[in-house]
Amino acid sequence: MMGQRVGVENSIAAAEAIRMANVDVVAAYPITPQTHIVEHLAELVADGKLDAEFIPVESEHSAMSVCCGSSAAGARTFTCTSSQGLALMNEIVFIAASLRLPIVMILANRSLSGPLSIWNDHTDVMSVRDCGWIQVFADNGQELFDHVFFAYRVAEDPAVSLPVIINIDGFIVTHVIEAIEYWSEEQVKKYLPDFKPVNVLNPDKPITMGAFALPGIFTEAKKNQDEAILASRPHIMKAWGEMEKVVGRKYEPVETYKLEGADTAFLTMGSFSETASIAIDRLREQGKPVGQIKLRLWRPFPFDEIRAATKGIKNLIVIDRAISYGGPGGPVASEIRAALYQEKNMPAIANFLCGFAGRDVTADDFIAMYGKTEELVKGRAPIREEDYVFYGVRE
Amino acid sequence: MPKSELDLGWKDIDPGCAVNEPGNAAQYRTGDWRSIRPVWDHTRCIKCGVCYIFCPDAAILKNAEGYFEADLYYCKGCGICAQECVTGCIKMVEEAE
Repeated sequence: MMGQRVGVENSIAAAEAIRMANVDVVAAYPITPQTHIVEHLAELVADGKLDAEFIPVESEHSAMSVCCGSSAAGARTFTCTSSQGLALMNEIVFIAASLRLPIVMILANRSLSGPLSIWNDHTDVMSVRDCGWIQVFADNGQELFDHVFFAYRVAEDPAVSLPVIINIDGFIVTHVIEAIEYWSEEQVKKYLPDFKPVNVLNPDKPITMGAFALPGIFTEAKKNQDEAILASRPHIMKAWGEMEKVVGRKYEPVETYKLEGADTAFLTMGSFSETASIAIDRLREQGKPVGQIKLRLWRPFPFDEIRAATKGIKNLIVIDRAISYGGPGGPVASEIRAALYQEKNMPAIANFLCGFAGRDVTADDFIAMYGKTEELVKGRAPIREEDYVFYGVRE
Repeated sequence: MPKSELDLGWKDIDPGCAVNEPGNAAQYRTGDWRSIRPVWDHTRCIKCGVCYIFCPDAAILKNAEGYFEADLYYCKGCGICAQECVTGCIKMVEEAE
C-alpha cells in the first residue's frame, strides 16, 4: 500500500511521524522554532491518538534527564529542542550517548545567543558536535518525516544503541507547508521493529548505569564509545537501504548533484542544499562546470564518501552556517579540510560563512559566491587554508 | 573477586559502561583511599555506638566484646567517627606511622 500525500506544515508532519513510530515517552520544553512539533505531540497525547506519556518538564535540562530515565527503562523516547534549549540540556546530551541510550531528538536548528535570535543557522548543533550522538541533516519536510523512522531504526538497532539527532533548519523548513508522502501503517511496521533495549533498568535483573569511572578505565570507556559510533556505519547504510525498498526514496551519507564533469563543487548541509541546486542548474545553463556535494551524515563523519565525491574537483566551495571564533572558519569546512588533507590532489577550498540567524541566501547568492571563488582562486591556487569569508557582510 | 579495572581492555566494557553484576560495589576496596585510620582508646570508649551511626560508609562494626572497630577494607579514613565521638576516644592515626 502506498503512502498518502498530504499538504501539511512540516512540523505537524514530523509530529505525526513520531505518533506513527508509536513512541512511549515525549519529554520536551517548548522553544521557538521547535514549538509546533511539541505542541502537536501534546495534542495527540491529550486526544488519545498517541498512547504515550507526555512529560511537560520545567526546562530542557530536565527534558533530557527524563529522556535518559525513560529510555533506560526501555521506553521509546523522543525529545525536540532548538538553540538555547540544546545549550541548557548540554550536559545530559553527552551522558545520553555515553550511556548508549537510543533517544531520538529533532533539533530545529536556530542561532545560539547572543545576540538573541530566534532564526535559523547551525550554531546550536555545532556546539554539540562532539556529543557522541549520530547526527543527520534533513533538507526538507519529506526528509524529516522519513528520518524519524530511520532515526529510531538506527538508534535502537542492538548493534548500535546510540541516540540520534535529526537536524532540520528552523522556520525555513519547520514552518513551511509541503506535500508530504505519509508512510502507511504497514510500511512503518515493516521498517521499524519493536524496541528491545540493550540495557534496561528492571528490578528483576538489576544493573547499574552511569557508574563512576576512575582514570584507570576512562580511556578504555572512551575508546569503546568511539568504536561504537564507528561501528554504526553499516547499520546506518542498511537502514537507508531498507528505506529505499519500503518507500522508494534513496538516502546516502554524501549525496551529489550534477557532479559529472564538474571542476567546481558546492558543499552544503541542510536546507541550503536545495537552493544551491537551483543555482547550479543556472550555472550549468551558462556552461559553467559546477556541481554539488550534500553532506547528510555529520556523525559518524563520512570520510570515504567525501574523498570519493571530491575526486577531480579543483575548487570546493564549502558553505557554513556556523563559525568557530578565532578558529579555522566554519566547522564544516575545517572538517572537510581535515578529511582531504592527505589526498593527492586536494581541491582548493573556499569557505563562505552565511545564512546566520536566518538571513536569506538565495540562488543568486550562490551564483555570486561561485563568481567570487573563481576570482579568489585565480593565480593563487590553492586558496590558503585559513581563508574564510563572511558572505554578504556589510563593511 | 572481580577483575581489577586495570585488567580490562576497551572491548571488555559492556555497552554504555553498564555494570551487569548487581551489588559488586561491595567488592570495591575503598580502604585504598585512606591516608589516616581511626584508632579506639578502649579505656575511654563507652560503647555508645555514635561512631557506628555516623560512619557514612557503614564501615564500623561491633566486635564480640561490644567495642566498635573500623573495617579497613572499606574505611576511607574520613574522620567523621573521631569528630562525632562523645568521649573523644577515637584518634586518627597517619597510615605512614
